[in-house]
Amino acid sequence: MSDASEDIIICRDVHKWFDDFHVLRGVSMTIKRGEVVVICGPSGSGKSTFIRTINRLEDHQQGDIIVDGIELTNDIRNIAAIRSEIGMVFQQFNLFPHLTVLSNVTLATIWVRKWSKAKAEENAMQLLERVGIPEQAHKYPGQLSGGQQQRVAIARALAMQPKIMLFDEPTSALDPEMIKEVLDVMVELARSGITMIVVTHEMGFAREVANRIVFFDVGQIIEQNTPDEFFLNPQHERTKLFLSQIL
Amino acid sequence: MTTTHSAVLRPPAAPGPLEWLRKNLFSTWYNTVLTLLAAWVAVSGVRSILGWVFFTANWSPVAGSLKLFAVGQYPLDQIWRPGAIVLIITLLAGASWRIFGGTVRTFALALALALLVAGLLPVRMNLGLRLWFLANPILTGAGYLAGGLRLVRTRGLAVAWALTFPVTILLLLGFKDSAWLPRVATGVWGGLLLTFLLAVVGITASFPIGVLLALGRRSKLPVVKTMCILFIELVRGVPLVTILFMASIILPLFLPEQIRIDRVLRAMTGMTLFAAAYMAENVRGGLQSIPRGQEEAAKALGLNGFQTMALIVMPQALRAVIPAIVGQFIALFMDTTLAVIVGLVEILAIGRIVLNSRTDWLMLDSEVFLFIAVVFWVFTFSMSYASRRLEAALGVGKR
Ligand SMILES: Nc1ncnc2c1ncn2[C@@H]1O[C@H](COP(=O)(O)OP(=O)(O)O)[C@@H](O)[C@H]1O
Ligand SMILES: [Mg+2]
Repeated sequence: MSDASEDIIICRDVHKWFDDFHVLRGVSMTIKRGEVVVICGPSGSGKSTFIRTINRLEDHQQGDIIVDGIELTNDIRNIAAIRSEIGMVFQQFNLFPHLTVLSNVTLATIWVRKWSKAKAEENAMQLLERVGIPEQAHKYPGQLSGGQQQRVAIARALAMQPKIMLFDEPTSALDPEMIKEVLDVMVELARSGITMIVVTHEMGFAREVANRIVFFDVGQIIEQNTPDEFFLNPQHERTKLFLSQIL
Repeated sequence: MTTTHSAVLRPPAAPGPLEWLRKNLFSTWYNTVLTLLAAWVAVSGVRSILGWVFFTANWSPVAGSLKLFAVGQYPLDQIWRPGAIVLIITLLAGASWRIFGGTVRTFALALALALLVAGLLPVRMNLGLRLWFLANPILTGAGYLAGGLRLVRTRGLAVAWALTFPVTILLLLGFKDSAWLPRVATGVWGGLLLTFLLAVVGITASFPIGVLLALGRRSKLPVVKTMCILFIELVRGVPLVTILFMASIILPLFLPEQIRIDRVLRAMTGMTLFAAAYMAENVRGGLQSIPRGQEEAAKALGLNGFQTMALIVMPQALRAVIPAIVGQFIALFMDTTLAVIVGLVEILAIGRIVLNSRTDWLMLDSEVFLFIAVVFWVFTFSMSYASRRLEAALGVGKR
């Protein structure tokens, strides 16, 4: 067994049902600190549901999830502790439209970390710099393009200085010409050493930075491998079929 | 600097007034006919109304009963008390103008100007009343100057406005056995004063109660949820008149003899609960219009449930339903006239009393009711104007 502190996320035989519908059917996965994992699979296979169980936006009904040594249960304190360790980026951005870009990014550090406004804003400006849009700080999300909004969303998640970043199809709602600007930010982030789980069908991104690709179907992990092996040597029929459809 | 080869294109200039007229009013022969017809109707209508207002109408029941319309049977020797409240309001309005500007300025100015004009009217008026009218715009000016002081801040101003409320009630009510502020029973409060009290209490109290009911209705706790749904649906299923009637006549039958709740207070409670049920549904509509992703994003950042609601969901939900909420405030304002059912003499009831007070006034109902209608219109129009400005300031709809 590997060193426990090396493994930042441990999922053991996770099951979840929506009413009678069995969405996750025994998912087990261990992710090391600094690892970049790409999850792919057909629509409706439970990818979103799975990564949302990791920060408890969805609860699981069977199995264990341990994040950075904290087991996910219904204990509110555990949930709060884990959420402040994990940043999440959504397909639909989910920026707060009534707040400026800067306020979107400072919100959590001011209210959850209890930082002073000045400190929070300094941190926010550094992050907006990092994602390449410091000049948009005082605009509202509705005034930005999709690609800019998604980069704000990344900055917002990074503001809490999370150890783990979850991405749920971050480029699927973007026009083609904006995908690259978001992927560039994500590539830079992946190389910075943060732990990332990315649900995406951007196989170029996966090939470039992923340590591992996980293929999901009907709520199960069908196979997982390094990018090279995964693309050159898929083991399962379903993986081959999926790859033939998206490549 | 970058240079481009193409000339800088400007947006086409806005059309001149003549061009605008031609394009919008006289573009085709039937448009021209319609324009002329509408102009004729408007001009002759306005002429006959103005003619009636200035030459035919007999305004003596209105002019002779202004005190009644303003405060009802509130004792004349204590009338400085409602007067003082208005002075406090014009003072605070001045300070708010300095601090908030914008629409607040419009309202502060309109109020001060109206009172100034009233104070300068060349009619017979007792000196005290004239001085009171003139003191109001002066206080607005003083408030404006005070608003520039370091001492006065947004928070202090909010506290002052909030304090105005209990001060108003205490000042109007007075104290038992006090020489300075003798008790004035609520039974003699009336006119516009009472209309205002009912409306302001109803509006300020129903809003937070409505928000809580809306949240309760979405609660995961079955008891809370059921109670809220029951309350909302029961109240919404019954006309306001019935609720006022129950609050005033039936409720006391169930209470022990010793507990006698004031009649005005009972009407206020009835109106507040009635309005709160509708407010709850408006707020719930707003809450439903906010996508779930907002709540999820807030939670994912580590915000707790209360912060998520207070900082993310509720501000957007309320903003989305400002028109509905203000519409409801306006309805509530007009519903205050129903308080007559339970024997309160708000402004409309005063109108009837005035008409019946002299035989030669009996036929002058057009004048009296037109006057009351104009009073109502001034306030409801102000509310909807404020609502539109608020929407614009918050950018509802442009997103
Ligand atoms: N809140 C929910 N209630 C009921 N069913 C849901 C809910 N969320 C997702 N599902 C269902 O669960 C399945 C997996 O969804 P999801 O995790 O979003 O898949 P993916 O992200 O792989 O496309 C889908 O069939 C979807 O319809
Ligand atoms: Mg998904």
